[in-house]
Amino acid sequence: MSIVKRNSKLPAVAGALAALTTLPAHADWSLLNMPKGVSELSRGNYDMHMIMLWICFAIAVVTFGAMIFAMIRFRKSRGAVADTKLLHNARLEAAWTLVPTVILIAMAIPSVEKLIKIEDMSGSELTVKITGYQWYWQYEYLGKQVSFYSRLARTSDLARQRGSGIDPNTVENYLLEVDKPLVVPTGTKIRLLLTANDVIHAWWVPDFGMKRDAIPGFMNEMWISVDADKPGTYRGKCAELCGADHGFMPIVVVAKPKPEFEAWLAQQQVTE
Amino acid sequence: MAHGNEAAGHGNHDGPPKGLVRWLTTTNHKDIGTMYLVFSLAMFLIGGLMALAIRAELFQPGLQFVNPSFFNQLTTVHALVMVFGAVMPATVGLANWMIPLQIGAADMALPRMNLFSFWLLFFAFMLLISTFFVPGGAPAAGWTLYPPLVLQTGTAFPMAIFAIHMMGASSIMGAINVIVTIVNMRAPGMTLLKMPLFSWSWLITAYLLIAVMPVFAGGVTMLLTDYYFQTSFFNAAGGGDPVLFQHVFWFFGHPEVYIMILPAFGIISEIIPTFSRKPIFGYEAMVYAIASIAFLSFIVWAHHMFTVGMPLAGQLFFTLSTMLIAVPTGVKVFNWTTTMWRGSLSFEPPMLFALAFLFLFTIGGFSGLMLAIAPADFQYHDTYFVVAHFHYVLVPGAVFGIMAAVYYWLPKWTGHMYDMTLAKWHFWLTAIFVNVLFFPQHFLGLAGMQRRIPDYPTQFTDWNMVSSIGGFGFGLSQLLFVWVIIRCVKGGQRATAGVWDWPHGLEWTVPSPAPYHTFEKAPELH
Repeated sequence: MSIVKRNSKLPAVAGALAALTTLPAHADWSLLNMPKGVSELSRGNYDMHMIMLWICFAIAVVTFGAMIFAMIRFRKSRGAVADTKLLHNARLEAAWTLVPTVILIAMAIPSVEKLIKIEDMSGSELTVKITGYQWYWQYEYLGKQVSFYSRLARTSDLARQRGSGIDPNTVENYLLEVDKPLVVPTGTKIRLLLTANDVIHAWWVPDFGMKRDAIPGFMNEMWISVDADKPGTYRGKCAELCGADHGFMPIVVVAKPKPEFEAWLAQQQVTE
Repeated sequence: MAHGNEAAGHGNHDGPPKGLVRWLTTTNHKDIGTMYLVFSLAMFLIGGLMALAIRAELFQPGLQFVNPSFFNQLTTVHALVMVFGAVMPATVGLANWMIPLQIGAADMALPRMNLFSFWLLFFAFMLLISTFFVPGGAPAAGWTLYPPLVLQTGTAFPMAIFAIHMMGASSIMGAINVIVTIVNMRAPGMTLLKMPLFSWSWLITAYLLIAVMPVFAGGVTMLLTDYYFQTSFFNAAGGGDPVLFQHVFWFFGHPEVYIMILPAFGIISEIIPTFSRKPIFGYEAMVYAIASIAFLSFIVWAHHMFTVGMPLAGQLFFTLSTMLIAVPTGVKVFNWTTTMWRGSLSFEPPMLFALAFLFLFTIGGFSGLMLAIAPADFQYHDTYFVVAHFHYVLVPGAVFGIMAAVYYWLPKWTGHMYDMTLAKWHFWLTAIFVNVLFFPQHFLGLAGMQRRIPDYPTQFTDWNMVSSIGGFGFGLSQLLFVWVIIRCVKGGQRATAGVWDWPHGLEWTVPSPAPYHTFEKAPELH
């Protein structure tokens, strides 16, 4: 009976639902959450995200529950009379100050250990220097004499022009393909040195769980790894606004088992 | 109260001059408040049009309507207009109208400065918006104006910075006015801890403004000297550091988000008691909570910058300090809920907006908590998850607070009741579409769509379409808001002095519409 008065929203709800059902059929509704990724680090950050999500969900159930209960139970239309004496309650107020403080500190604690691991660059077996340019990336395998640029693939670049007449849905890996990907070995801790040549960029592959800014004049570092049993192609994009074509400088990383990677590297050294 | 509703007929002592001159020369807090509110509504619609252009482009992958650099201009100016042109002036307008009425003062303490700060703001925005028409277009480096990118701006660069200086000066003057008024002009017997919570929230907001606006002004001036006078504050080649700007910006920028939300907290603290027909629960705790939030807002800024490569200790400090803000914010939410507890609730439009605020702002608070955790933030940073987060706290947060305030005090301003049915339609459409618009953006961000891009990989199409539909629904619903206001200004059922069933506070003791001059003799408090 308490919802009788809400009829006025029904047409709008119906409208929104109608809009939803007319969406194209190729919908991929699985894209709702952060990817778990393919490394210890990305799984750690994913776990952190899920812990936070569930704690927030639990708090939401309690607080929204109380609000909804109050909205239903204490309606004037149901004859509720206001209790104007309910003004303070020292114990209750102390409780809802202290309990959240404890919960919040408890939430922050697991992040300490994860951060220490994220910031620990020791034990890396390969160092790649990444330089951001407007609007492409340069990869240098330090000490290996291999260096190259990586730009948006021609297919995407043609399709993304205004009035190109090319449907992006027909382009494979639209905006997520490059002419020459970064190749890394699996099962290896790889240190990335990040800098930029013009403006600030940020290097991010969601499956590796990390992004960090590439800042002109400074050298940032981060590390990534790919599980030994998960070779494959991983895609990301520049994540810091860097000008007009910020949306058009993707990152593609091909992770190969170590022997294949060594072979690839040797071949690169020959062609350079 | 010596004045009746016919005050306007009494010549130039009691009534305003006629026509345009009134608005150019007025020093009346109510007139200036009205001008701020109308200006803010106009900016809300202009900023909204830019948002619709953005959502239209993002409806499907590929570039259909705008080129990438114009897209960046749209996102940048949309943010500047909404933050500095819509939300802040709306709260200043409400402060102008309501603070003197709430504390029993005859006017603001510094009426000429009041008028000056309004017109300064007006011309600041004319200047900012005119940058769309200069060579190189409007600023396109994001409202955060990070160098070195912002130094690639064309002719618009000095114009935008001058506009920022003007709006900053305007804000500081407005803040000084609020502080001087509240400190000196409260009616006898109105001690600080008897003051209505809206006035309290603005007192603290004003201190925040005075503290951080000069920092922002300093930061953009350093940009200006880097651009024209070969200084190297932010240029690594000359020994500077681009990240320094981010620290300066966010030292301003984080308190700035509280500058936008604290007045809304004050508004909600006025409305929930009125429509629960009982006083606010834990009044003093509410005041201390606002003060704590304001203090904490100064020591959390670098949580916007977890990816710049901070030392471990810095990341831990900013994670923890940010999470602590949830404590006083939680106190506020719990106190609002308890105010409704054992109340006698009715659901007029102001209360509907206040309740939607309670739910949706809290959702924005949750995503804020998640973003505070540095390791998780490495994934969230600069994605649509962040866009969803700050739109949840700003739109169903600050903007719903302002709309609630308009529906709450509009009868006091105009002397007419508005059309409750239309206002409820406006509420339901707005509340539904705001979620259709922003909730899917959480999914987009988590799935890996970064922000500030005009085009995206095809797997993000579906949620972008939903979001765009929500955007157009939300935008069109606001025309209803404008219509309700216009009709209410023009006429309608006469409002009583108290307007609502359970009015509390001095503003409800004067007639509706509030006479041109009120409280020329200080009211008596009992």
